[in-house]
Amino acid sequence: MNIIVCIKQVPGTNKVEVDPVTGVLKRDGVDSKMNPYDLYALETALKLKEAHGGTVTVVSMGPPQAKQIITEAFAMGADEGILLSDRKFGGSDVLATSYTLSQGISKLGHMDLILCGKQTTDGDTAQVGPEMAEYLDIPSISNVKKILEITDKSITVEMDMANTVEIAKVEFPCVLAVDKDIYQPRLPSYVKKMATKNNEIKIITFNDLDDQDEKKYGLNGSPTQVQRIFPPEANDHRELWNNTLEDIPEKLFVKIKELKFI
Amino acid sequence: MSKLIIHQNKITNIEEFIAVCPFSALENNNGIVEVNGACKMCKLCIKKGPPGAAELVEDQVKGIDKSQWEGIAVYVDHIGGDVHPITYELIGKARELADKINHKVYCVFMGKGIEDKACELLHYGVDDVFVYDYEELDHFKIDAYTSVFEDFINNNRPSAILVGATSVGRQLAPRVAARFRTGLTADCTILDIKENTDLVQIRPAFGGNIMAEIQTPNARPQIATVRYKVMNCPERKETPSGQITKCSIEKNKLTSKIKVLDVVAKPKERFIENADVLVVAGRGVRSQEDIALVKELAELLGGEIACTRPMIEAGWFDAKKQIGLSGRTVRPKLIITCGVSGSVQFAAGMNNSDYIFAINKDEKASIFKIAHYGIVGDLYDILPKLIEKIKVSGKV
Repeated sequence: MNIIVCIKQVPGTNKVEVDPVTGVLKRDGVDSKMNPYDLYALETALKLKEAHGGTVTVVSMGPPQAKQIITEAFAMGADEGILLSDRKFGGSDVLATSYTLSQGISKLGHMDLILCGKQTTDGDTAQVGPEMAEYLDIPSISNVKKILEITDKSITVEMDMANTVEIAKVEFPCVLAVDKDIYQPRLPSYVKKMATKNNEIKIITFNDLDDQDEKKYGLNGSPTQVQRIFPPEANDHRELWNNTLEDIPEKLFVKIKELKFI
Repeated sequence: MSKLIIHQNKITNIEEFIAVCPFSALENNNGIVEVNGACKMCKLCIKKGPPGAAELVEDQVKGIDKSQWEGIAVYVDHIGGDVHPITYELIGKARELADKINHKVYCVFMGKGIEDKACELLHYGVDDVFVYDYEELDHFKIDAYTSVFEDFINNNRPSAILVGATSVGRQLAPRVAARFRTGLTADCTILDIKENTDLVQIRPAFGGNIMAEIQTPNARPQIATVRYKVMNCPERKETPSGQITKCSIEKNKLTSKIKVLDVVAKPKERFIENADVLVVAGRGVRSQEDIALVKELAELLGGEIACTRPMIEAGWFDAKKQIGLSGRTVRPKLIITCGVSGSVQFAAGMNNSDYIFAINKDEKASIFKIAHYGIVGDLYDILPKLIEKIKVSGKV
């Protein structure tokens, strides 16, 4: 079974601030890590490979520095690593990212299963998996909490819904976005790290892709535009009520109702 | 096409110039500065670098005829015909946006055996409900549902579409957006609309540490997802208004590569980290029996009960329920602490909650320093009365 896992390099911390004067993000450019949710997708791929054989290829899109997380994936057991990197990909939103990934993945030959994490910790959108599946014209299932059965042609999974779990059987090839805790991710192994330190990371650039229309990539291929960023309003509201002075249960009831919790 | 051009001769100090970029996207290749794939187009190099060193070259973007796209549409989120309340909240928002630009409000409702359920939507201010009622749409299957959505968009050309950020909406909306190669903004907390019909979408990023305002100026339809309980639910009107349109679609578009074998009820294991509402029992709760009072309030608010460390030490709670440095960190939308003094360790585990209500007899309790609404009073007096009021309101 050929499995692809999509991984992303994200900032090491979510603690970002906006410069109040320039309105620009202040953050450490150096500190970064693999998106924690992707570890579950990678672990799922490794578990499937152990049980059914095949290869695990990790694919990432990002700057050359993102090679670091591919190296980490090697140390966990991934067989091959691909990085889609080109300055023409810069400034991509979800749509352009999904398109670029689908273009890159279609260069990799036959695949059965593409695994993604639930979402990233920097964008939090959970949209790339389903959008990529659309571009690849294959089915997708998100919120996968358990894999139940695998045959030559299909995979049966549990999809987590609000109050129910749907048991769904989906034909290969397909995209699955797995939930946190589907399996406990293993730690990178030192032995594997040493054994794979010379593994090649294949770089795919714009020129390698089939669709050479620059308007579909990067900032140009991104329909959404960030107009501005700003710090969230801090709730520093403080009120002190006294039960001996007023009808607190009534006041409390009205307030909680006003906040839409009743 | 827009791209950054670096004018090497305008760079005074290469190292200083490279340091301007927070994303390490400027590289020094043997004295030539180049932009790599890490570029986020934040344009900081233009603003902060030496004058003229970085330049943004933009081509004229091909505009679209926005007048060809009219109406604000809402996806009716449901499981087996049970309409999710997010739908009504979105209808309310859609009405507000549509009125500003004089558009109509549409609903698109797809499923099996849903035709009569559509009538209820007409009490909330919809102009037209488009119903696709087919056997094949029995369960959510992303490929079939996307085909139906595509049919609806092609026939009605809505300017904007609002989708609930539910388990279904968060999968379906991106697939639809990709099919139309249009923009999608997830988990919007504020929505507004400009006169030219551009949707102003504001959403949190970086785990809520930053807010971003996003627009989709050159693509239609504009799609946004919104989480439950973010927008206001409109009042239900006694007399229905608007109409229901029964839609037909070719059967071959409803085939799916996904087969739903079974739908099972989820065993209820609940974690305090995931709860939107928490009611916390602290040392002010005098006995194990009295926990029932706190628990009752939590249940009435659809939330969970949590506790402080002394309650764990007393053996009254499972350790999974403890908030604080030695317990769990929580960030609910509402937290009501009952008889909690508010140690630093406890506060560290919950002070990012959206609304903090604290009930404590001691007006000097440190919990009042972090509570948005501090209530000096006896929980044994306040809770029973509050519980009674909620129960009475529920019966009306």
